[in-house]
Amino acid sequence: MRGPTLKGVEIATAVALMAAGGIAIHDGLRVGAGWSGDGPQSGYFPYWIGVILMLASVANLASALKPRAGQAALFATWPQLRLVASVLIPTAIYVAIIPFAGIYVTSAALIAFFMIRFGAFRGLTALPSGALAAGIAFAVFEIWFLVALPEGPLETWLGY
Amino acid sequence: MEEINLLVQGFGVALQPQNLILMVAGIVLGVLIGVLPGLGGANGIAILLPLTFSMPPVSAIIMLSCIYWGALFGGAITSILFNIPGEPWSVATTSDGYPMAQQGRAGEALTAAFTSSFVGALIAVVMITFVAPLVAQFALQFGPPEFFAVMFLSFACFIGLSKGSPMKALAAMTFGFLLAGVGLDGVTGQLRMTFGSIELMRGIDVLVVVIDLFGLSEILVSIEEGLSFKGARAKIDLRTVIDTWKKLPQHWALALRSSAIGCWMGITPAGATPASFMSYGVARRMAKDPDSFGKGRIEGVIAPETAAHAAGTSALLPMLALGVPGSPTAAVLLGGLIMWGLQPGPMLFVEQKDFVWGLIASMYLGNIVGSSWFWRRCPGSPPFCVCPSASSRQ
Repeated sequence: MRGPTLKGVEIATAVALMAAGGIAIHDGLRVGAGWSGDGPQSGYFPYWIGVILMLASVANLASALKPRAGQAALFATWPQLRLVASVLIPTAIYVAIIPFAGIYVTSAALIAFFMIRFGAFRGLTALPSGALAAGIAFAVFEIWFLVALPEGPLETWLGY
Repeated sequence: MEEINLLVQGFGVALQPQNLILMVAGIVLGVLIGVLPGLGGANGIAILLPLTFSMPPVSAIIMLSCIYWGALFGGAITSILFNIPGEPWSVATTSDGYPMAQQGRAGEALTAAFTSSFVGALIAVVMITFVAPLVAQFALQFGPPEFFAVMFLSFACFIGLSKGSPMKALAAMTFGFLLAGVGLDGVTGQLRMTFGSIELMRGIDVLVVVIDLFGLSEILVSIEEGLSFKGARAKIDLRTVIDTWKKLPQHWALALRSSAIGCWMGITPAGATPASFMSYGVARRMAKDPDSFGKGRIEGVIAPETAAHAAGTSALLPMLALGVPGSPTAAVLLGGLIMWGLQPGPMLFVEQKDFVWGLIASMYLGNIVGSSWFWRRCPGSPPFCVCPSASSRQ
């Protein structure tokens, strides 16, 4: 079995968090990280939190790089990650489409897609199921609880 | 014992048939809100606030506070069965509740959760009834340094609570602070870390983070293990309940300590979420074998649930006595008070006795209604099945 090791993932996480800390420090300095007459400036807290995050991430990076037993352990195998990606990528596309098509139509499409792709349902079952789930969500949120969720052309056409 | 007399009068108000019906309706709606991730207690109450325009203030606050109790109860169900906290305050419950469900002890975990919720809330209501004036007077003297100290204590507890290395906990926590820092600075009005994005101006909602980290990640992990969704099934029968109840009295010290933490964190505006974490951390610290936490210890369910409910309940104390909300939900209720034409603050106790004591009596009754409702229709009903798919669509 092959795949990214735990050590590799720990290093990557530490580096990513260091980058986040760097962004905070950079932006903190931009808006002012000092102390003005009326108290801390806007960048004061992001700046120092960024510094703490940096230091903690350096410590995590050092402990990940230190040779230790059990570091060859896998984070996940490639087939496992492929499975995760097969769900994560359609979901990411779904999120990207929501601002244009609204949440209800895209949800219906996503549910139908998952049912056909992973549940081995026929299109005849999956499409109405998706539409029904989206319809119930629409009734609950839009009509009953009056929560404004992203809407698309279809909802506008229906008059909501 | 003037309080007792006033409380009896309050029961008279709360036991009117109309108020009893609203109480049950509120609990049912609250549970629904609690199990739906993304629709929190505060949002739920805010959304349903317009329904109460036409009601007398006592009935309105009874219904809204019962929605709140229902949401507190409902959050525990999804935490234990699916590892998806319906509410932020049930996050700590997942650490031991979900392993218990995986071991086939979901019934035990749920019984422990509901019983300790009930105990925590009851202790908090008794506290509100009798200690309220004294404690509220003390908390009135709180200034920024004291609030900072309380917050600092709970954050230090997060690090003490972490299973792995403290440095990882520190890094994760500071990253969380940074996410919270995105958006408009409330003091100076400057934009922080938005990098020109209009969407980021409003900041990053805590619920989005919580659902992503706890809900979505759990779904991805279960996919990694072969696309089999592992929502534990639970059957609560009378036997499990009685067996668990036999075990619970030996945890009386834990329940008392967790209630004390919860009451304290509720009165100071820390709220139910830090209270549940802090109580869990303290329980873990004080146990003889801290390593067994996170693997399905019943104490890991009792501690956060008791504290969350004690905090959620006692958060109403400063709202009633001082007009200072102890939690986001209390803040929404405070908005309701003003909307109904009542002036929150100490004068409420003098001028609106029926209102205050009717509400306090409804806290006793609401918790009894809430728990008894649970024994009958725990898992298996639609909201619990809908929940995982609902969160995957967020």
